[in-house]
Amino acid sequence: MGNRSRVVTWLLRLVVVGYLVMLVAWPTGLIAQNTFADGLGGMRRALGDPDVTHALWLTVRVAVVAVAINLVFGVGMSLLLVRYDFPGKRALSALIDLPLSVSPVVVGLALVLVYNPRYGWFGEGLHDRGIDVVFATPGIVMATCFVVLPLIIREVVPVLEELGDDQEQAARSLGANGVQTFWRVTLPGIRWAIVYGVVLSLARSLGEFGAVKIVAGRSIGNMETATLLVQREYQNFHEDVAYSVSLLLVVASVLCLVVVAILRPSEGSHPEPIKEKK
Amino acid sequence: MATTTLTAGRPARKRRSARPRALNASASLGLGVGLLWFSLLVLIPLSAVVVEASGGGWETYRSALTNSQTVNALQLTVGVAVLTTVINMVMGTVIAWVLVRDRFWGKRALDLIIDIPFAMPTIVAGLVLLALYGSQGPIGVEFENTRKAVFLAIAFVTLPFIVRTVQPVLEEMEVEVEDAAASLGANRLTILRRIVLPTLVPAIFAGAALSFARGISEYGSLVLLSGNLPNRTEVTSYRMASLLEGGNRPAAAALATIMLLVALLAIVVLDATQRRLARRG
Repeated sequence: MGNRSRVVTWLLRLVVVGYLVMLVAWPTGLIAQNTFADGLGGMRRALGDPDVTHALWLTVRVAVVAVAINLVFGVGMSLLLVRYDFPGKRALSALIDLPLSVSPVVVGLALVLVYNPRYGWFGEGLHDRGIDVVFATPGIVMATCFVVLPLIIREVVPVLEELGDDQEQAARSLGANGVQTFWRVTLPGIRWAIVYGVVLSLARSLGEFGAVKIVAGRSIGNMETATLLVQREYQNFHEDVAYSVSLLLVVASVLCLVVVAILRPSEGSHPEPIKEKK
Repeated sequence: MATTTLTAGRPARKRRSARPRALNASASLGLGVGLLWFSLLVLIPLSAVVVEASGGGWETYRSALTNSQTVNALQLTVGVAVLTTVINMVMGTVIAWVLVRDRFWGKRALDLIIDIPFAMPTIVAGLVLLALYGSQGPIGVEFENTRKAVFLAIAFVTLPFIVRTVQPVLEEMEVEVEDAAASLGANRLTILRRIVLPTLVPAIFAGAALSFARGISEYGSLVLLSGNLPNRTEVTSYRMASLLEGGNRPAAAALATIMLLVALLAIVVLDATQRRLARRG
């Protein structure tokens, strides 16, 4: 029996390692290998290309703006959902998860239908006032906001629920106003959940492709994000550039994961939201 | 997205005092602003999709569902999503088991690898799979532009869902119960069937719903990998995108609505199955 269970253990281990190596680890490693197949030439060519630097810069800006918007929305919404009672709360909480199960193409389609300058519900009116959403940077930001919308809320809500509001009530009864209570009591308790949600949103924002592709339309050039550039360069047989930009995106996303992995142990161990300070 | 899925399978924690209070003025203002943003960003655009599709009445849906290219795309997408979900239900549970119960060198690295498909940009995921399974890959297979490539891509992007929902449940499970069963003479298979699996079933099915929803909506990883050959390797997301590019917005919207319904149906079916299994266990 002991012998047989050792065999089973080894067999399972082998199956799992084999599956993960074949499906994820080996292919991911090959990207690095392909990028540096002819030394640093490909990477140097990529970074010397103004299209590439523009795309990377646009991607970073879009990601930062989208994550900032989502941070404010996510933390605010989490507080409202956990700490307050209002009609339609359960429906809202269910609807917030909607973006997780919507195809990126549907996200793009939905935004185009409302914000297209020619036929969109609001698009025409906004266009007349000189604001273009779709086929412009705001559309890319909105598409990114759409796909990352639930990420911070889903991290913060369980932590807020677990913390309870005893500390907050104590703070208020001692005369702290809402702002003070938030900064001194609530925020320290949900700090790591927020950081975690932000890192996940950032990784997702840097890599969004489908929704951004639809919203950016064919206006290639100044509306091209890093992922769109990878597609174009690969299809134009500039594989070295495509691989180099891909590798940069992979490194960024793996870095995000490592940050999360380092943070995770401390996530469960925030003992009390406030420590007694002298 | 790593722990976004965790919450789905996590057993309800005991809450301390949670006494939600009524809205005050500033909270109402915050809720108003939040709802406005949420409506402008998500609710109104998604309703626009349904409205656009329903503009032509049932005719739009009928023509979408009688177009053979669309039907083939739907069949392929749902078929591959079902297949990968089933594989994930088995492999995801096994991976979670090994990550929680086994101890060996390099386990933390494996844990990190699970999250890579979440964090990696989908277009890069396609390129990554092409590097190994494409014609220039080192193992000499040519999966590009075949249905095998579609399957690979979906298996890749949906890998983490079930692992990450089952893992926390396994971690919180008490080994004592299994020990007790073993001391009463139950063999490993019986313990697995009567104790371990019934505990894991809700998490497995919650993960399966996420995996299926992601599987039928995948787009980015297929763009470079599957060739998107009409009737052969074209999935519904790609079909939607090309309908939209061709200016056929109602058809694209109709297909989008159909996909939303399929996702809903899958959630209902998986939930019902899970309830039935839970009753029996």
